Amino acid sequence: MPQILKTFSLNYCAHKTKIQMSNIIEATQLTRVFGKFTAVDHISFSVKTGEIFGFLGANGAGKSTAMKMLSGLLLPSSGKAQVLGFDVYTQSEEIKKRIGYMSQRFSLYEDLTVEENIHLFGSIYGLSKAILKEKTDALLVQLEFVDQRKTLVSNLPLGWKQKLSFSVAMLHEPQLVFLDEPTGGVDPITRRQFWEMIYAASAKGATLFVTTHYMDEAEYCDRVSIMVDGRIAALDTPKALKTQFEADDMNEVFLKLAATSNLKII
Amino acid sequence: MISIKNITKTYRDGKLTALDGINIEIAEGELFGLIGPDGAGKTTLFRILATLVQPDSGTADIAGADVVRDYALIRRSIGYMPGRFSLYQDLSILENLEFFAAVFGTTIAENYERIKPIYSHIEPFKNRRAGQLSGGMKQKLALCCALVHRPTLLLLDEPTTGVDPVSRQEFWDMLQLLKQQGLTIVVSTPYMDEARRCDRIALLQKGQILDQDSPEGIINRHALPLYSIQGPHMFALLETVRSWPGTLSCFAFGESHHVRFHDGMTAPHLEAYLKKKGLENIEIKAIAPDIEDIFIELLRTQN
Repeated sequence: MPQILKTFSLNYCAHKTKIQMSNIIEATQLTRVFGKFTAVDHISFSVKTGEIFGFLGANGAGKSTAMKMLSGLLLPSSGKAQVLGFDVYTQSEEIKKRIGYMSQRFSLYEDLTVEENIHLFGSIYGLSKAILKEKTDALLVQLEFVDQRKTLVSNLPLGWKQKLSFSVAMLHEPQLVFLDEPTGGVDPITRRQFWEMIYAASAKGATLFVTTHYMDEAEYCDRVSIMVDGRIAALDTPKALKTQFEADDMNEVFLKLAATSNLKII
Repeated sequence: MISIKNITKTYRDGKLTALDGINIEIAEGELFGLIGPDGAGKTTLFRILATLVQPDSGTADIAGADVVRDYALIRRSIGYMPGRFSLYQDLSILENLEFFAAVFGTTIAENYERIKPIYSHIEPFKNRRAGQLSGGMKQKLALCCALVHRPTLLLLDEPTTGVDPVSRQEFWDMLQLLKQQGLTIVVSTPYMDEARRCDRIALLQKGQILDQDSPEGIINRHALPLYSIQGPHMFALLETVRSWPGTLSCFAFGESHHVRFHDGMTAPHLEAYLKKKGLENIEIKAIAPDIEDIFIELLRTQN
């Protein structure tokens, strides 16, 4: 088990009591329309600084569109949103500089080595050579990738790529990280190790905004929102959602909510 | 129906072993699942069965036809749905379906009953271009196109990957309908919870079969004594349980953790240890393992 995972969780509870009351994301009536189709329909919600926020929904419910608006990649049609205190309409560059983003499709360069990828992304985020060297060495040790330093990324198993991709997204120590289906197709042990990395990042104070189709992973979030037809149909802790929907697990909560969709075109 | 004997396949001049001496027998009418993560070799096995790549060694035959020698015969009798959406994005639903029917020298009308259970969901949108469909609709169209020439064997490579839980459930319900029509279906998935929907499964990892049988057969054979544990601070609990010398393994499983003990160790021993560490209100229960528990155990002992 990577060293990084060994010490964090005992500190974790102490940290969690310190989840700040301030909000790192605040969205009010946020909306995005494509032609006649309203992909995101007046959503209002906030994400607290330091929490692990699960962002769930069926395919086509509007998750990706909402995430793109919050990460400064897509302008909203109407409504308001502030991310890290910056306005998504006028200060998207400030947002992009300060967040981390890991996409559902693997986002490293396959024909560069592990080390080259770390250097490339570190340089893009403006890390100095000295800091980058130090960070690269530490990262390779943490991930137990020291022997893979010169390995082409295309030769790594998917689970390793995803762990590396996450670490690269965290290189510039962003306060907020968006993870879009980070564990799809990953083996069951690596999938769990990945979540332990998420917890390690959270214990250090980062806020994590995560989408997943694995409902057991929804249980690992501090709070979970579920989108249906462009709206946020439910938002609470996993425990409160299970009580509210009289469900045994998050899968049942999800199925009950998705059944309320009007867009039965699938 | 399918007999796979000692199939090995390597890439990159033998440096990467995709399949390493695989043996599988699949009976007619069976719904057979290849369960394993990305890189386990599932796609390579499908490509061999679909006669698109040849094995380095070993043999595979489908209804007595050899995948290398009798490829032309096999191609007419199978329906193959690759992992990546591979229909024509700028043709409509109807045009895609007509195209695939025509390639096999048949028509939609002739096979309407076969595709109807799935096609009826997307028929109202038949003039919409494939590129403009939602993920769930694309998946249904791809399945219709794989069925339109009345294959006797359906090969489905990760049809539910990246698909939400509702659409996944619907898809498995459709497979049950097709199975009732007598079709033999081989389907791969990285989602362990889908294993239960199959008659028999093979657990694949790094080109090797960890085990194969009915899901119940696999679970019963391994007979893992297993406990679930829950408490107020789940991640502190995970770490503390792992730090106890009596713990063989502990993994997060949604709202509880699943724990295995070393021989001679019991739940009260662990409870006492946790209490000493300041963790109270802990609930430990003996539970029956599921396929994911078995898979993790097989991965763990393999490493």
